[in-house]
Amino acid sequence: MDKKYQVIIGMEVHAELKTHSKMFCGCKNDPFHAEKPNIYTCPACLGLPGALPVANKKAIEWTVMLGLALGCKINKFSKFDRKHYFYPDLPKGYQISQYDLPFCYDGKVKTSFGPVGITRVHLEEDTGKLIHQKVDGRNVSLIDFNRSSVPLIEIVTEPEIYSSAQAKEYAKKLRQIIRYLDISDCDMEKGGMRLEANISLQKKGETELPNYKVELKNINSFRFLERGIEYEIKRQKEILEAGKTPDQETRGYNSEKNITYTQRSKENAADYRYFPDPDLPPIRFDDKWFGEIKSSVPEPLDSVFNRWEKDYKIDKKLTELLFETAGESKKFDKVFSGLSDQKLPVDKFVNAIVNKKLSVDIFGEKVEEIINTYKKSVQVDDVTDEDLKKIITKIIKLNPKAVEDLKVGKTQSINFLVGQVMCEAKKKIEFNRLVKLIQELIK
Amino acid sequence: MDLLELTIKDASEKLKKGVFSCSELIKECFTTIKKNDKKINAFLTLNEEEALKKAIERDEMIKSDKEIFNKKPLLGIPVAIKDLYTTKGIKTTAGSKIIKDYSPPFNATVVKKLIDAGVIIIGKTNQDAWGHGSSGENTDYEPTKNPYDLSRVPGGSSSGSGAAVAYGAALVGTGTDTGSSVRLPAGYCNLVGLKPTYGRVSRYGVIAMASSFDTIGHMTKTVYDNAKVLEVTAGLDPYDSTTFPIKVGQYTKVLGQNIKGLKIGLPKEYFVRGLDNKINNSIKDSLKVLEKFGAIVKEVSLPHTNYAMAAYYILVPSEVSSNLSRYDGVRYGGTREMFGAEAKRRIMLGSYTLSSGYYDAYYLKAAKVRTLIKQDFEKAFKEIDILIGPTSPTSPFKLGEKVDDPLQMYLSDIFLCPVNLAGIPGLSVPSGFVDELPVGMQIIGPQFSEELLYKVAYLFEQETQYYKIRPKFKNG
Repeated sequence: MDKKYQVIIGMEVHAELKTHSKMFCGCKNDPFHAEKPNIYTCPACLGLPGALPVANKKAIEWTVMLGLALGCKINKFSKFDRKHYFYPDLPKGYQISQYDLPFCYDGKVKTSFGPVGITRVHLEEDTGKLIHQKVDGRNVSLIDFNRSSVPLIEIVTEPEIYSSAQAKEYAKKLRQIIRYLDISDCDMEKGGMRLEANISLQKKGETELPNYKVELKNINSFRFLERGIEYEIKRQKEILEAGKTPDQETRGYNSEKNITYTQRSKENAADYRYFPDPDLPPIRFDDKWFGEIKSSVPEPLDSVFNRWEKDYKIDKKLTELLFETAGESKKFDKVFSGLSDQKLPVDKFVNAIVNKKLSVDIFGEKVEEIINTYKKSVQVDDVTDEDLKKIITKIIKLNPKAVEDLKVGKTQSINFLVGQVMCEAKKKIEFNRLVKLIQELIK
Repeated sequence: MDLLELTIKDASEKLKKGVFSCSELIKECFTTIKKNDKKINAFLTLNEEEALKKAIERDEMIKSDKEIFNKKPLLGIPVAIKDLYTTKGIKTTAGSKIIKDYSPPFNATVVKKLIDAGVIIIGKTNQDAWGHGSSGENTDYEPTKNPYDLSRVPGGSSSGSGAAVAYGAALVGTGTDTGSSVRLPAGYCNLVGLKPTYGRVSRYGVIAMASSFDTIGHMTKTVYDNAKVLEVTAGLDPYDSTTFPIKVGQYTKVLGQNIKGLKIGLPKEYFVRGLDNKINNSIKDSLKVLEKFGAIVKEVSLPHTNYAMAAYYILVPSEVSSNLSRYDGVRYGGTREMFGAEAKRRIMLGSYTLSSGYYDAYYLKAAKVRTLIKQDFEKAFKEIDILIGPTSPTSPFKLGEKVDDPLQMYLSDIFLCPVNLAGIPGLSVPSGFVDELPVGMQIIGPQFSEELLYKVAYLFEQETQYYKIRPKFKNG
């Protein structure tokens, strides 16, 4: 990083929850797999006159669950607010969101660069999707409301991210946690998870936040996030060096040119005229409901990795590759304890899985089946030393060159000879045992 | 049959006995409408063809099923539906030109309930556009006239529904009451009009004016008819999260029970400044009737009444500006320039009061006043059982008299809108006539006290029989 400037980044991440139905109506929540546009719609998500929203309880519970997983405090009394703005994909003229009483606030996500404070996690509805295309030779804008009113969570951080690499790590970590809770697919390519970064540069040594920030919006990959921030650091530095202040604005990222560009300037900043949505009664979490949500939060992801490292001596880097959801981690827990009971090496099993050496369906098959398959793959056949020696003698005779190589210290030829012996024996025999026997015989 | 005098109760009995058929009843409604509606303008859309078809179906039901009136309590009853109610396949304009060709793909919950109970929809009624008004003159179409005096307003915003029931075009007219809109036309058209407790009747499918104020009520000639309709429309609705899981009352069953010892409060703030003296006397006479039944009348205070209008005209436009934002010119055909003057006024006011920097001083402050007004009523109901006051400070005024003075127009609601701020029920019942114009008396009760309101109103009505005085205008 620069000697003179420190980049300061705050992030806003949106993710679509994968509840069965939409946030405020009973329509199917599956915009990415819909066969046609506008098939999962009703008066409520089309914003037809007279239609009313009814909140999705599951989506509320999942938001609180995420908040708890991020170490947030929970507003036991919360509400939905209306956020007003005009856009063709917003059929009511307002989005139902949360303003001053988000479900969750004040949490933390650990990164290798240091902790990132979570300001808030709130729940809102997604908008419809605009499609610009040619119909009968005319350029038209079409609206697909399959996505309208899909539950959307927004996770906002404090301005506590100090590099593009940390921003990327934070975003990846957040996605990992959300997927672990199994509440969102976080499909970045389709827009199921969208990243925004508020970026500004501070002169080193200064403590006050810069008097401007640039919002980099709708980034759909971790790599683009990193590059976009890097570009912004360069761009803003040049402006500051010229003695000016960068404009407070919203910018987009062009991945082909690897540049950012102005989307909306401050002059057009909207006044959203938030007020409590009178159609939705406030939400109170009583002890019973809150207790139920709390008990549904799985063991923290870090704790799973630490426990496995401690109990089974498995490297965290490997276990991270094993699974995504908490349900999946529980299955691994069962398999691991099964292996352990039979005194089978869990770390070797994990190696075999990660390196795709073992053909099992972890989440489909029963624990016993998985363990049996693993056992078979490592089992050795019962052969006497006497029989083996006969085969080895034969192989030595057939491969004088390899034997010669071994004698002069070319150790890799032992692998060849072992392979030949196993081939001849048509059996699975412990590698070290064979090495020992071969070396005895050629002495 | 004389539609001017016919009630739901009479009609049901006569349909049951075969005195007339449903088809005859519905045909008669349309005959009346054709003769009179040109001068009254109660309807925006007529549903004649469909209504006659349905009437034939109902006649078949009556012939084939002796139990049908138990299953369908409003079988064959002609209903006029306010144009804010979405009706599947029937044009729904909210009295506005912006959505003048909008034909909804679904029925409001209340419309569905009424249809399930056997009613026949005669048509959609005229109103102040979006419900903004007290006279009916803010319609984007031709204003409705009062059947008791065609030079005067019928009261709004449910102007067409009130006039339609008064002149015999239907036996019940549905309305919405955000600040006065059922009770005022009921008072001005000599009808019984209910503003139910907020959350008692589903708002789903009724085009929103101010969502935390809107209540779904109706007007009928008699208390019995009114109670009968509420038995159908009230109840929890999974599509409206602001409805309550409280048991629906047996509103017609309590009628005739005595009210001995009932404590009636007279809010002293409702009997001052601007109240027409003759109306004051009319209400005082009516109270004497209730005293004869053993009720005890005492004065009470609702100290924050003076702030009600101010709070109302901040909170309601705030919600209005939000609710109307969906008519943004992208859908429904009409552009934003087509909003009428009153709608524009409320959109501007509401956008202002919700703006950052002004929100705390206006919206939030008004919301706090709302709580105080609610508490005024709660305190009063610790001392007394119901409150009674005039529905309106004046008699129905002349068309055009107040159109240029929105503040004067707003003051017609001065005794009505505090009830909406508090979310409690109010019932306007005919209280006699002053200079041959109807006077309404409002009975206010605590939340979910509709049974009590009907009980009081029924005894009063049976004693006074004001509902029998029908408009004198000549058919044709």
